[in-house]
Amino acid sequence: MSRPLYERPVIARHQTGAMNKFSRAASMQPQTHVDGVPVDTLVEAYGSPLFVFSEKTLVARYRELRDAFARRFAKVRVTWSYKTNYLDAICRVFHREGAWAEVVSEFEWEKARHNGVPGERIHLNGPLKTEATLRRVLPEGTLVHIDNFDELALLERLADELNLTPKVALRVNLAVESIPAWGRFGFNLENGQAITAANRIVAGKRLELIGLHCHLGTFILDPASYREQATKLAHLANELRRAHGLVLSFLDIGGGFASHSKLKAQYLPGDQATPSFDRYAAACAEGLAALEYPAGKEPTIVLESGRALVDDAGTLISTVLANKRLADGQRGLVVDAGVNILFTSFWYDHDVVPAQPFGGIAEPTVMYGPLCMNIDVVRDSVMFPPMRTGDRVVFRHVGAYNVTQWMQFITYRPAVLMIGADGRHGIIRKREELETLLASEEVPAWL
Amino acid sequence: MQRLRDLAISDTGFVFDPFSGATYTVNDTARCVLDGLKRGLHRDELVALLADRFETSGEDLSRDLDDLVHSLRLFGLVPGAFEVV
Repeated sequence: MSRPLYERPVIARHQTGAMNKFSRAASMQPQTHVDGVPVDTLVEAYGSPLFVFSEKTLVARYRELRDAFARRFAKVRVTWSYKTNYLDAICRVFHREGAWAEVVSEFEWEKARHNGVPGERIHLNGPLKTEATLRRVLPEGTLVHIDNFDELALLERLADELNLTPKVALRVNLAVESIPAWGRFGFNLENGQAITAANRIVAGKRLELIGLHCHLGTFILDPASYREQATKLAHLANELRRAHGLVLSFLDIGGGFASHSKLKAQYLPGDQATPSFDRYAAACAEGLAALEYPAGKEPTIVLESGRALVDDAGTLISTVLANKRLADGQRGLVVDAGVNILFTSFWYDHDVVPAQPFGGIAEPTVMYGPLCMNIDVVRDSVMFPPMRTGDRVVFRHVGAYNVTQWMQFITYRPAVLMIGADGRHGIIRKREELETLLASEEVPAWL
Repeated sequence: MQRLRDLAISDTGFVFDPFSGATYTVNDTARCVLDGLKRGLHRDELVALLADRFETSGEDLSRDLDDLVHSLRLFGLVPGAFEVV
């Protein structure tokens, strides 16, 4: 009879109290493949760590969002939020599906143009709009969402100088009950700033106000927040119509829909807590029922989604470098992906599982990255089975922000791969190497 | 080492500590080591026991043994100064 396979000996103390009131079994399953391709094959071909994006999931999430709103509104426009992930291949999947671009800088605008998006299908948002940027984008018909009165004055001056009537939207911030107000972007609704700004645009006659925009916040788990926001936007639109006869062509309800990741402060995991796109759409429809527009003149509903479209499509494969026993008895697991590339670990408890079948008893584990920095903790507490050096783990729902906010630090940033809907796979961003970094360095002649 | 000797260990790896009332789960290899420690085996004997009972593939059994003993010390199941010799 063959002997049983050796496992590292483990003793785990039973914890009492603090039971999960929902009685959910916490069973962990390995993820050995990504979209049908074995993890081992991917690492052998492209190295570790490795970001992998699923085209199938990108398309599925996009269509789910679009359809949820298209079932409730006559006109819907999905704009792809570039800052979430502006790798060309990712952007092009969404543009192929029909998405416009939502950008917050000239760099992102250039990226969108590079990806074939016409200027008039780009919404330019955020506080970073220099005069040079506006001079460049206005002649191309880009829709500018005004953030503040200085920007409004600048736009009016440029409209005169360029002899244009730019199409603009007013960014509005407002309070809803369930989440902290984001007051720093746009004009406040409650204190009257928003209506003052709108009145000024109309009176100035140099800009054409065609839309209102509000972005409530980020990772909003309660769809009711959108109902309240939409109601307030509808009332503002009604007021502008009564005051000026203004019939807006779009209402932009922003982004902020949650992905299936889990915030650190969140009790339930993403698969239980994250609302469907249908629930968000239903809440918006309820709120926008307050809009008093003539039939056939309904505004286009604009969505500025990023995280909710791309997060679930992104996976990070990482390799175990070492096991440690920490002073407090917890196990430390050192993996080759740190917070510099998995930036979102600062606010998410990422869903991480082994990439190969495993046995043995799960232990409380702290997962560290490879950086020589104390803050390099990619998962601060997770029940994890025994792992050996060279084993692989898979972080899921990591497609948003990581490959835009990541930092090159002490080593090279990894390759990013896409697995196509038909199973083909290819690099969408090369792994860095010494030459990548030296290319932007200079050594002065005196050295 | 009396506390270790008093542990009740089931065939399925359920461990009861009558001194504290605490309960634990151990895997087969840890159960094997606990059994050896109760019998007063030394490091080389424990390593040989593991290698004999289980199919190994180059693991550092001595290091794994130290890791388990560290946990036993932390849970108070062996004295703080206990080392496998």
